[in-house]
Amino acid sequence: MTTEDMVKTSARSKTEDMLNEYIPILILTITAALFAAINLVLSHLLGPRKSSRSKLSVYESGMKPRGDARHRFSIKFYLIAMVFIIFDIEVVFLYPWALIFRQYVAAGPFILIEMLVFIGILVLGYIYVWKKGGLTWD
Amino acid sequence: MFGAILWFAFPINKPGDTLLQNALFFVLGGVVVISALCVIYFRNPIYSALALVTALFAVAGLFIILEAYFVAAVQVIVYAGAIMVLFLFVIMLLNLGDEESLEDRLSWAKRVAVVIASLFFAEVFYITIKLVGSVNAPKVTSGQPVGDPKTIGELLFTKFLLPFEVASLILLAALIGVITLVHRRSDERSHTSSDT
Repeated sequence: MTTEDMVKTSARSKTEDMLNEYIPILILTITAALFAAINLVLSHLLGPRKSSRSKLSVYESGMKPRGDARHRFSIKFYLIAMVFIIFDIEVVFLYPWALIFRQYVAAGPFILIEMLVFIGILVLGYIYVWKKGGLTWD
Repeated sequence: MFGAILWFAFPINKPGDTLLQNALFFVLGGVVVISALCVIYFRNPIYSALALVTALFAVAGLFIILEAYFVAAVQVIVYAGAIMVLFLFVIMLLNLGDEESLEDRLSWAKRVAVVIASLFFAEVFYITIKLVGSVNAPKVTSGQPVGDPKTIGELLFTKFLLPFEVASLILLAALIGVITLVHRRSDERSHTSSDT
């Protein structure tokens, strides 16, 4: 066996090991899906169904429901969702940066500056949202 | 089940792949296709959104099979998490109501969609035919998988530094855009100051 072959097999087994680490997650996913499905099917099959008029009516904390449940939501929710997504993506970029930070910062502070510029631009946006009153509800 | 049928119909085995990897590819691919169809065919937009979450999770599983662990995590965090929250909020904001009234409003959009969809299909078909003809898919030569977070970090902060910084500008533009949209609304409301 040449060294190249050895490198290849070790690389192969490394990726396979990493894939094998995901098998518990696969089992968990299947178990969760089966648990939900079996419970729904069993209660559908075994549960007695005696429906009456009051049982079938809309439940609204014991009050008499009035109007449609589908109100138009406030546009503020859209703002909250967008701000959430934008800073979520920022955090996603932080993760690979954190992994290589120690290795690269030894050569100089350039990698720190890169990330500071990235975060700085987004902080500008954050201040803009704040000043415009986007973070207060009314 | 659908995936299993596909698997028996087209047994594509790359040399290094394990049996489990292949089986999972077709199971997850089947989940993606079925839930994507559900997105289209469910009448209630909220159900469509939930089917889309399933599809996105299954795509994350496909990324794991391709050893792109970071991309899989991003798929779950950003798409199945954040983007879906936005979708649900937008569905509730628009308050679409029943589909019938939507259909005559969108009759022209349907025609445009047919053209764009067939163009996209032709494109995908062409690429697939080309790739199947020459089974020389780009191979990963180094031991490190391409989707490894460390590899992505190294590329992102050296070779693709400018796109990375531009990404922050795009995010900033999105932030300012949403404020502009939302703020104009609240200004109008304060001018009229009748409906809340």
